[in-house]
Amino acid sequence: MTTAKSDEAVEEQAAPVTPSDRRERDRMRRRLARRRGGGWWPYAFLAPWFVGLFGLTVYPMLASLYLSFTDFDLLTPARWVGVDNYDKMFTEDPVFWDSVHATLLYVVVSVPLKLALALGVAMLLNRDLRGIGLYRAAFYLPSLLGGAVAVAIVWRQVFGGDGLFNDFLAWFGIEGQDWISSPDTAIYTLILLAVWQFGTPMVIFLAGLKQLPKDVYEAAAIDGVTPVTRFFRITLPLLTPIVFFNVVLQIIDAFKTFTPAFVISNGSGGPLNSTMLYSLYLYKKGFTDLQMGYASALAWVLFLVIAGFTAVNFIAGRYWVHYDD
Amino acid sequence: MSAITPTRPSKSPPRGARPPLRKLRSATGSRRVFIHTVLIGVAIVMLYPLLWMLSSSLKPDTEIFTQPGLIPGSLRPENYSEGWSGSGNSFSLYITNSLIVTIGAVIGNVISCSLAAYAFARFEFRGKKIWFGLMLGTLMLPTQAVLIPQYTIFYNLTWINTFLPLIVPKFLAVDAFFIFLMVQFIRSIPRELDQAAMMDGANPFQIYWKIILPLMRPALITTTIFTFIWTYDDFLHQLVYLQQNDKFTVPLGLTLFLDQTSGSSYGAMFAMSTLALLPTLICFLIFQKRLVEGLATSGMKG
Repeated sequence: MTTAKSDEAVEEQAAPVTPSDRRERDRMRRRLARRRGGGWWPYAFLAPWFVGLFGLTVYPMLASLYLSFTDFDLLTPARWVGVDNYDKMFTEDPVFWDSVHATLLYVVVSVPLKLALALGVAMLLNRDLRGIGLYRAAFYLPSLLGGAVAVAIVWRQVFGGDGLFNDFLAWFGIEGQDWISSPDTAIYTLILLAVWQFGTPMVIFLAGLKQLPKDVYEAAAIDGVTPVTRFFRITLPLLTPIVFFNVVLQIIDAFKTFTPAFVISNGSGGPLNSTMLYSLYLYKKGFTDLQMGYASALAWVLFLVIAGFTAVNFIAGRYWVHYDD
Repeated sequence: MSAITPTRPSKSPPRGARPPLRKLRSATGSRRVFIHTVLIGVAIVMLYPLLWMLSSSLKPDTEIFTQPGLIPGSLRPENYSEGWSGSGNSFSLYITNSLIVTIGAVIGNVISCSLAAYAFARFEFRGKKIWFGLMLGTLMLPTQAVLIPQYTIFYNLTWINTFLPLIVPKFLAVDAFFIFLMVQFIRSIPRELDQAAMMDGANPFQIYWKIILPLMRPALITTTIFTFIWTYDDFLHQLVYLQQNDKFTVPLGLTLFLDQTSGSSYGAMFAMSTLALLPTLICFLIFQKRLVEGLATSGMKG
């Protein structure tokens, strides 16, 4: 801070001689300290945030941890059951494993596809083309509508037995089926919905591509480097911080997906739990079955899994993310 | 992480002064045509489901699944009026409820997040780094992890089936994303302005109110748009907290159609789905540029 320095310089010039000068100097020092630190002012500005942090995040996290060791139906006081909830979850709840299976499949398939598409389209858009703004808008729009119930409803109809997707397949002479009500394919309609919404990582990739140093590409052009080599040897390594950012964000997001699974399965997670994404199962346990202790245990497992994935990302990132400094 | 500041859209250099690379790229016109073709193809695939929804909303039920084309054979605008008076309550009630919730959330986020952001951007205080780190940490916390205890809190306050659980938290700056966005923005405002005001005897609140807030309008607008859209579409919390039909918001009202469609009108369902997307679409059309750029520049480049 430049101000602090110049203030001290002023102070030194006005070196104190008499006690009254000293008092004056102390007062001035206090005032300056207050100006830099702000006294109680920053806490006043942060007061709402503090209330939110402790009341709606820290305390609920701890309460959730406690509840996860209890039997709690909201109406009667929570009853301590130790690790029963966790034990039941891992050893005798097949639906839990169904939801883990559906969620991992969803995350592992949708995130890479989505990011690959986002990067591909971003590379296409990274040039001076007429109407570039229109393209960007068209590709971003589905993502903005993202979590809307209306979009999920449309999706349900598109992939239904007599829906749009089967009409499309019919052009190629392929006999369709009811994709939503088949346990083998229902989850893939959700994955396709997620991939369709590639706009957010696309825009972030585009911003990253625009920051790449032009001179490297010019040098490569002079050396006659092929586009494929250029992509794998220059673009991708330079872009790794942004790839990383998108990977972390999209994985967290995918784990939280709720609305489309709810709408497409009519809240059931069916057929045969094939669309029982973890968040949907958590909701059903907590708010349909009123097993809030069990749902809290589910919530903590979700939290730990997401934290774990993020941590692994950050550790693995050290080996493949290149920062230019 | 740096630079939330909305960057000006990068203008292409004048034709004469093009860098060699650009020249190489634009040399082949056929390639340009090829790229346009690919992009138009992708754009059609992207937008087709939405156009299909719009067209289906105007078709009679008999046509929706038999006539796959986008142009309706016969128009049936009654889908809209039937859907509107629809299921139990008129759709106007759901829209009113959604507006109350979203406007409340927007006001809450703009006030509380800007206050917190000002503190983080302009003051030094004990533990600031830790608090700031905690704030960023909450960005990664899945809402599901705190949903149940939050529900019990609001249940004990007897706020269930009111709009309060959806609005009050926004006044407590729970959306850390916007705090972070605003911190980045305030850092780009020159401190000399604050200091000049301080010389004139303004206190920190007056500086916040008269100098920082007016200057951070672009960040506030971004916050407003995203809070509006995200709250409007936030199905999970509305589903959990709103239990009676007369408190339902648009997304909840739409799910009522889902339960009935086996018997009743698909046309009406598509009509209301179209209407439900309308506020977001209007927001998008008006603020398209700012939305896309705002996202692209927020917190990028490690």
